[in-house]
Amino acid sequence: MHSLKRIGADFGWPRIIIFLFLVALFLAAPLVGVRVDASLSDVFNRFGQNVFFVLALVPMIQSGCGLNFGLSLGIIAGLLGATLSVQLGLKGAPGFFGALLLSAPFAILFGWLYGKLLNKVKGEEMTIAMYVGFAGVMFMCIMWLILPYTAPDMIWGYAGHGLRTTISVENYWIHILNDFLAVSLGPVFRFPTGEILFALLGTYLMWLFLRTRTGTAMTAVGSNPDYARASGISVDKMRTISVVISTLLGAVGIIVYQQSFGFIQLYNAPLTMPFTAIAAILIGGASVKKASMLNVMVGTFLFQGLLTMTPSVINSWLQTDMSEVVRIVVSNGIIIYALTRKTKVSK
Amino acid sequence: MATAAPLLALQNISKDFYGNLVLSDVSFELGRGEIIGLVGENGAGKTTLMRILFGMNVIRDTGGYRGKVCIDGQEVRFQSPFDALDAGIGMAHQEFSLIPGFTGAENIVLNRESMRPTVLNEVFGERMSILDRADMRRRAAGTIAKLGVSLDPDTLVSEMPVGHKQFTEIAREINRERTRILVLDEPTAVLTETEAEVLIQALRKLAASGIGIIFISHRLHEVIDVADRVVVLRDGMIVKDTPTAGVTVRDIASWMVGRHVAADRVGEGVRSFQGDIFQVSHLWVDMPGETVRDLSFTVRQGEIFGIGGLAGQGKLGIANGIMGLFPAGGEVRLHGQPVLLNEPRLALQRGMAFVSEDRRGVGLLLEESLAWNIAFTAMQIQGKYLRPVLGGLFRLRDEAAMRALTEDYIQVLNIKCTSPAQKAMELSGGNQQKICLAKAFAVGPDLLFVSEPTRGIDIGAKRLVLDALHKYNREQGMTIVMVSSELEELRAICDRVAIVDEGRITGILPPTADLADFGLLMTGERVANG
Repeated sequence: MHSLKRIGADFGWPRIIIFLFLVALFLAAPLVGVRVDASLSDVFNRFGQNVFFVLALVPMIQSGCGLNFGLSLGIIAGLLGATLSVQLGLKGAPGFFGALLLSAPFAILFGWLYGKLLNKVKGEEMTIAMYVGFAGVMFMCIMWLILPYTAPDMIWGYAGHGLRTTISVENYWIHILNDFLAVSLGPVFRFPTGEILFALLGTYLMWLFLRTRTGTAMTAVGSNPDYARASGISVDKMRTISVVISTLLGAVGIIVYQQSFGFIQLYNAPLTMPFTAIAAILIGGASVKKASMLNVMVGTFLFQGLLTMTPSVINSWLQTDMSEVVRIVVSNGIIIYALTRKTKVSK
Repeated sequence: MATAAPLLALQNISKDFYGNLVLSDVSFELGRGEIIGLVGENGAGKTTLMRILFGMNVIRDTGGYRGKVCIDGQEVRFQSPFDALDAGIGMAHQEFSLIPGFTGAENIVLNRESMRPTVLNEVFGERMSILDRADMRRRAAGTIAKLGVSLDPDTLVSEMPVGHKQFTEIAREINRERTRILVLDEPTAVLTETEAEVLIQALRKLAASGIGIIFISHRLHEVIDVADRVVVLRDGMIVKDTPTAGVTVRDIASWMVGRHVAADRVGEGVRSFQGDIFQVSHLWVDMPGETVRDLSFTVRQGEIFGIGGLAGQGKLGIANGIMGLFPAGGEVRLHGQPVLLNEPRLALQRGMAFVSEDRRGVGLLLEESLAWNIAFTAMQIQGKYLRPVLGGLFRLRDEAAMRALTEDYIQVLNIKCTSPAQKAMELSGGNQQKICLAKAFAVGPDLLFVSEPTRGIDIGAKRLVLDALHKYNREQGMTIVMVSSELEELRAICDRVAIVDEGRITGILPPTADLADFGLLMTGERVANG
C-alpha cells in the first residue's frame, strides 16, 4: 500500500488516472462498435502530428518564460512557409522541406521580435503571450486576404484573390512523412513510420540541445536569472534564443500537421492550437518552470489518446455528436487543473 | 503556584526527514518568566525544533514527529500555526513577516484590529464594523511602551530601519493577550549593537511580566547576557543544558562545535609580496544601500586583502561593481591591463571570480544539482566540462567530469550532502556557502572576491570556510579580496585590512593593529596608514 502511494506520488496521480481512463476507453471501444485497430492507428498518427507543438514549449519553459501561449506566431510562420511552397508549385519531398525552409526566416523574425517583447514584461510572460498570439492570428486574417497569392489551388474561385480557409495539399505533399516506410496491418491499421521517426528525431535534437553549453545556460537562466548573470550569461539573449527556437518548432509543427491532415487551415485555425499543446505537456507532468522530453512524449500520447478515444467512444455510445464539446472540456479542464495544482515536476 | 508543571516542556522529541535524523530525544523545560538561550550550529536542529513547537505544516507533511510537547503539563499537538497562536505561542521570525505598506501600529494589531460598529452592522452583522484607528494606535503604543523602545507607530514598515522592523515584529507577538511563550529566531542578527542592547532590555522586561522566552542566536555574548539558562544543540541532540551564571562565550562555542575552537590568527609573521596584481582608482558603484563613491586601493600579488566597515557604507558595493553586477565607473586594472566595467562576462574571462554575499539570491541555482552549481560558471566562461560529439560538430555537457569535479570539492571542502546530484536548496547554510566557494575555485581565478563569506553560518562552518580560503591562497597563490562585516575574521586571515566609510577607504591597517584604531576608521576618523 505504502509503495503504491509512493509510485502514485512519483508518477503523478493525474497521469495515472488519465492513463487508466484511456485503457478503459480502449476496453469499452469494441462494445460500442468502435474498431480498436482504427483507433490505435489514429492515436499514433495524431501523436506524430502534434508532438512538435508540445516540444516547442520546452525551451521557453526551461528559460523561465513560462508556457508559450503565443505559439500561434510560430504556426503563422509555418502557414506562410506552406502557402509559399504551394505558390511556388513545389511537390513531394521538395515541397515539404521547401515549406520548412521558407517558414524558417519568418519564424526567426517573429520569434526575435516576440522575444524582445517578452523581455520587457518579465513575470507576466504568459498573459502577454496569449494576447500576442491572438493579435497575430487576427492580423493575419486580414493579410491572408490581401497578400498577392495567385496559385489557383489556394485562392477563392469567385473573387480571384485572397486565400481560402482550407487549402488541400493533396496535389503537393500530403502524407509525405506518413507514407515513408509506413507499415500496414490488416485493412485499417497503418503505422505512420516516417512521421514518428521525424518526431523522434526532433525530440532527440531537443534533448541534445538542452545538454549543450547554450542549453545549459538557458536552463540556468530559468532557474535563477541572477545566478546566470553573475556567471556572465546574458539573460535577455538566452530568453530570446529560447523564444526563437520555440517559434521555429511551432512552424515545423504545423507543416508536419498539414502533411498528415491533408489541409492547410488559415484564418482562425491557429487560435487555439497552443492550448492543446499546453494541456498535453502539463498532463505529461511538466510544470511552468521545468519540462523534460519524457513529459513531452508521455503527455502527447496520453492527451492525443484521450482526444481520439473520448469522442468516438462517447459518440457511439450516446448516438450524438459530442466530439467538439468533449475536446474543449477535456483540454481546457486539464489546463486549469494543471495550472492550479502543479507545483512540482513529476518524473 | 497552583501547579508545579512548567510553562512549556518538550519531552523526547525526535524528528527525521526521509530517514535523515535531525532531532533525537530532545527534552527541555521552560518556566514562567524564564529566558532560555537556544544555541547550536546551523543544521543542529534549532529551526526544526521551533517548527515542531509552532505546528508548521512542513513537519506534518514530512511524517510528523515523535515525543511530546506539553504546555502547563497538558500535552498539545498542533495541527497548524493557528493552534499554536491560540495556545499562546508567539514567534518572531528571522525573515520579517510584516506588511511593508502598513504602518507599525497596523502591523502590530493586524487581524486583531479594534472595531467600531456602524449602522450597517444592524443589517450585515459584525463584518461591517470599521476600524477604530485611535484605539489601534493606543494599543500599539501601549505594547511598544511595554517593550520599552522608541518606535513611532505611524511610520510605514517599508520606511523603517531594519531594527525597528524587528521591534515591530516582536511587538506584534506580545500584543496578543494570550501570548505566554515567545520564540525569537536570531532577533539581533540584523541589529546594531545599541539596538541589540535595547532589545535585550526589552526582553528582560517581558520576562519579568511572566512570559517565557526562547532566544535563538549566534551572538553568544548576548545569549549569556540575556538568558537565564542556555541549551546547546549539536547534531540534533542536547549536549548541554545549564544556567548561564559563570558560563563564558568560549565555553558555549566549544560545546556547540564539540571541538576546540582554533582561537587566533594562524601564527606567522608579516609576509612580503612582490608586485601589484590589481589597482582600483576612483571607483564608484551605484548599488542601492551600498553606494561606493570614490575609492582607490591596490592589491599585491598573492595576498589576502580585507575590506571591512559598517553596514551600508559601501564595502559590499566594491566587489559587486567590479564584477559588473551593478553600474560602476572608474579605473580598474588587473595585471596592469584595464578591466572594462559593467560586463560580468569580461570580468570572469579576465580571471576574476566572485562569491556573492547574497548566497541564495545570486550565489546558487537552488533547484539544480550541486554538480551544476559548481561547474556552471567554468563551463560557460571557459568551455570546461563539455565533450565533443559527432566528430566535434557540437559539444555536450560532460556529466561524468562534472560529477568528478563535484566529488573532489565535496571531499576537499568537507561538504555534507548525499551526492553531487542533490539539489542545492537541500543543504544547510554553511554547506551552501562551500558550494559557492567551490564554484569560484572551479574557475581557477587569479583574483577572487569573497563577500561576507561567513554571514549566517555557524562557528564550525565559519572556521572551515576561512581555512579553505587560507589554503587556496597559500597553496595555489590565489590572491583574495575578502569583504566582511566581521572584523575578527578579517584580522584572522588577511594580510592587510582596509576600512570603508561613506563609500571611501578611510585607512588600511595591518591585522595586528589595535582594535581601537579599526574602530576609529569605521567611524570615519583618519589615522596613519599601515
